[in-house]
Amino acid sequence: MEHIVIIGNGISGVTLARHIRKLSDKKITIVSAEADYFFSRTALMYVYMGHMKFEHTQPYENWFWKKNRIELKKGYVKQVETATKTLHFAEGDTLHYDKLIIATGSKPNKFGWPGQDLNGVMGMYHKQDLENLEVHAPNNEVCKRAVIVGGGLIGIELAEMLNSRSIPVTFLVREDSFWNGVLPKGESEMINRHIKNHHIDLRLSTNLKAINSDDNGNVKSVIIEETSEELECNVVGLTAGVTPNIDFLKDSDIEIGRGVKVNRFLETNIPDVYAIGDCAEQHEAIGNRRPIEAVWYTGRMMGETLAQTICGNKMEYKPGHWFNSAKFLDIEYQTYGWVFGERGRPEYEQHFHWKHEDDTKCITVAYDKNTHNFLGINTFGIRMRHDVFDQWLTEKRDVDYVMNHLSEANFDPEFYSRFENEILKAYTNQLQPV
Amino acid sequence: MSLAKPDALDINNKQKVALAIGVIGLFILALALFNTNFPNKGLFLTLSLGSIIGGIIMYSREAYLTKLEGIKNDGVWFKSISSRGVWGWIVGVILTTFYIVLYFFPKYLGLGTDGAENTGLISLFDPLSQLLSGRNASQWFVYGTLYTVAILAFGYKFILKYRHNRYQQLRTVSVMFFQLGFAFLIPEFMYVMNNDLPYYDLKSIWPLNYYIFDEWSVKGFLSNGNIGLALLIFGILSIFVITPILTYKYGKRWYCSWVCGCGGLAETAGDSFRQLSSKKMSAWKLERWLIHTVLVFSIVMTVAMVYTYLGYDKNDFWLTRDVFISLVIGFLTLVFAAVMFFKRQELGKDAKYGAIGYFIVITLLLVMHFTGNTDHLFYIKAGALRSAYGIYIGSIFSGVIGTGFYPILGNRSWCRFGCPMAAILGFQQRLFSKFRITTNGGQCISCGNCSNSCEMGIDVRHYAQKGENIVRSSCVGCGICSAVCPRGVLKLENDSMKGRINPTEVLLGNDVDLMDLVNQK
Repeated sequence: MEHIVIIGNGISGVTLARHIRKLSDKKITIVSAEADYFFSRTALMYVYMGHMKFEHTQPYENWFWKKNRIELKKGYVKQVETATKTLHFAEGDTLHYDKLIIATGSKPNKFGWPGQDLNGVMGMYHKQDLENLEVHAPNNEVCKRAVIVGGGLIGIELAEMLNSRSIPVTFLVREDSFWNGVLPKGESEMINRHIKNHHIDLRLSTNLKAINSDDNGNVKSVIIEETSEELECNVVGLTAGVTPNIDFLKDSDIEIGRGVKVNRFLETNIPDVYAIGDCAEQHEAIGNRRPIEAVWYTGRMMGETLAQTICGNKMEYKPGHWFNSAKFLDIEYQTYGWVFGERGRPEYEQHFHWKHEDDTKCITVAYDKNTHNFLGINTFGIRMRHDVFDQWLTEKRDVDYVMNHLSEANFDPEFYSRFENEILKAYTNQLQPV
Repeated sequence: MSLAKPDALDINNKQKVALAIGVIGLFILALALFNTNFPNKGLFLTLSLGSIIGGIIMYSREAYLTKLEGIKNDGVWFKSISSRGVWGWIVGVILTTFYIVLYFFPKYLGLGTDGAENTGLISLFDPLSQLLSGRNASQWFVYGTLYTVAILAFGYKFILKYRHNRYQQLRTVSVMFFQLGFAFLIPEFMYVMNNDLPYYDLKSIWPLNYYIFDEWSVKGFLSNGNIGLALLIFGILSIFVITPILTYKYGKRWYCSWVCGCGGLAETAGDSFRQLSSKKMSAWKLERWLIHTVLVFSIVMTVAMVYTYLGYDKNDFWLTRDVFISLVIGFLTLVFAAVMFFKRQELGKDAKYGAIGYFIVITLLLVMHFTGNTDHLFYIKAGALRSAYGIYIGSIFSGVIGTGFYPILGNRSWCRFGCPMAAILGFQQRLFSKFRITTNGGQCISCGNCSNSCEMGIDVRHYAQKGENIVRSSCVGCGICSAVCPRGVLKLENDSMKGRINPTEVLLGNDVDLMDLVNQK
């Protein structure tokens, strides 16, 4: 029986394993050094905040794996020998595979800051990071202040986590507005204000210079690049993006760039070796997407696709319309299609922006200023339907149509206030000369 | 995983004062329970209930109004009371003991028997009962008052907790209204108007209200002219006409989380315990056996009971035993045939269990009809079945376990494992209703907040991460899964029956060819 070995038990690897099982009888082994069972990484924050216990982040009960004949092996792969199709584990044992899938995800970026490896400096990505945070920041007695470096999605989640235990947070963001590499100005500025309303000390256009240690090798303070100010703190969160977690492949024959290089079939340069999820790097970006997509959904989609290929129905990775979501403290965010921030915005992309007076809801609609084609929408504080926008994007609807039918896309709970009329009015006014 | 309860989750000084005020209120009740004879009962009762309500209000305002609107679940799994810690067990034991005394030893609460004056706790409530209906309190009046106080005060807390969510606010106002009006005040006023009428909480529907067709109850209605007859007809219409129509349009939530008193208490006072319900597959299996067994028991028990008193005087009423048993069997057969005809496909394996259940009921009824006589049914004394149901299901299951075990099993264990009304509504919700929880394309990140907060123990994530709508008979439509979802994936909706159940393998967002290939199978 063909033995499929998957390194990594995140969403990509587990989706792949589930789909292979549905399609075939192949022997499947999932290898992980991080956790015994698949858990939702995106839910780690809720464990620290006390909304859930760690076991609640596991989407399948423990009997699921045996029942579906998916073997789980805990171990750290230190070397992949593709010539003999053998994995060598740090624990000393080996494992033979017929097909190998690398789905090892990411690790937090470190940019060579002095002190970046001290006790109390951590990312917020792995289960071990959570355990580490629990040691260094169990409460605001032990951790009098935490400094977070890097204004992205993980940074703001870490800020929310620490905030839930009343630990004062200073949030260093390199950009002059939160996540404005991705978000348009109006949205980004609204989130800046929301962060401050939560009493988080947000410092924009601010970089980390160094992390200082006390006599025991613990974090004592950080120095800020611009002002040379020293901020006392006990925890430093490094959340300035992630990189593929592929150091163990450096000595193998598998071609790597920033990630594991794959073609559209998710194949590496070595036959029978594939890569999916955060650690895969497309030779060429697909559409407006980045060559490395470190997103839950794309990892899942790659798993769904590769299962077909492995089970004999060779299939290209061809993602549909872009979508994503996140939550910034109390404000939910969804995006469908493409809406660019200042950076990288195509010349033809024009925006309509509406913001509610309560400063927690807004939308940005992107359209082509020449053809008036609808390109995408960002929505904050108002839930919208994925399938409706997916359909409108496929049908290449124009922006007027979308604005006039916005209520069909509403996904807020029943009895919520609706804003479509107000939005449409603002849209119509904007288009008319005053 | 957490090493210790984070200090930040400790309550602040104002909340400590609020707790103290509430405890003083409870302490007055405790003193009364141990036979302290208060000089001015009305004053002390007001003081007691006032402090309890005031304490809860003050505590909630401090807990929620000092923060921005949003999800307020920080630390629920750290706090002892809401995570089966020491406080959880203490509260569980106190509640359970209270229910045992209430149902089986009301004299310890001070109930005066054989015309004697009330003493103790019950006598403390005499002034309020006198005010409302001109009679002294009973243990049920005490219970009803405390129950109503709990729903009102904790309902206020819940409204503040979800002050960003209109669905939550409206349904909470609704359960508060139905509890105060329909369960508490109206029956008292009905007694004032006509004290021969049996106690009737209009919103309590058979088979949850298992005593409505008891002989004393039916006789009570029938001996009270048009108003009594109207109430009895309303009771019958409730289950056979009103309930099916509303459940078709809105799902069982119209009852379970908007009207019902058991649901009302679970959603308000029980809200802090919702995460404790088990989401395991094994719990779901147990649930399906248990709740349907109770349903069969309650149907057979009710039919047997009515059958018994129909036998007393054979000929003065068109509804004889023969007619009655034929009607019941005919109705059950009609329902069974209709389901098998229209919904055979959807039921899958469960059709077999449905058929077994149907034949068990019919067999039991036939055995009863052909072996029973006026005194004995199933070879046991006629009233024994009814009293067994009353004790084991009505008292122990719904009260002692259902509510007493809130801090251990979660706040809906009665609704989930026992309530025959929920079983009927759920059966309809699963097969003939426009209600579903829609999942939003491919947006789920499997975080588990939805499953964690489902009080009915539904593994919501199991469906959401597959992009599959949630159509489950047990769902009471409380809407908390939707509220806590960080990615806007879930929405409670009433929409057309078509495409309501939509299992998918590959989620929206992927290659359309792949989605077609896999999902069309």
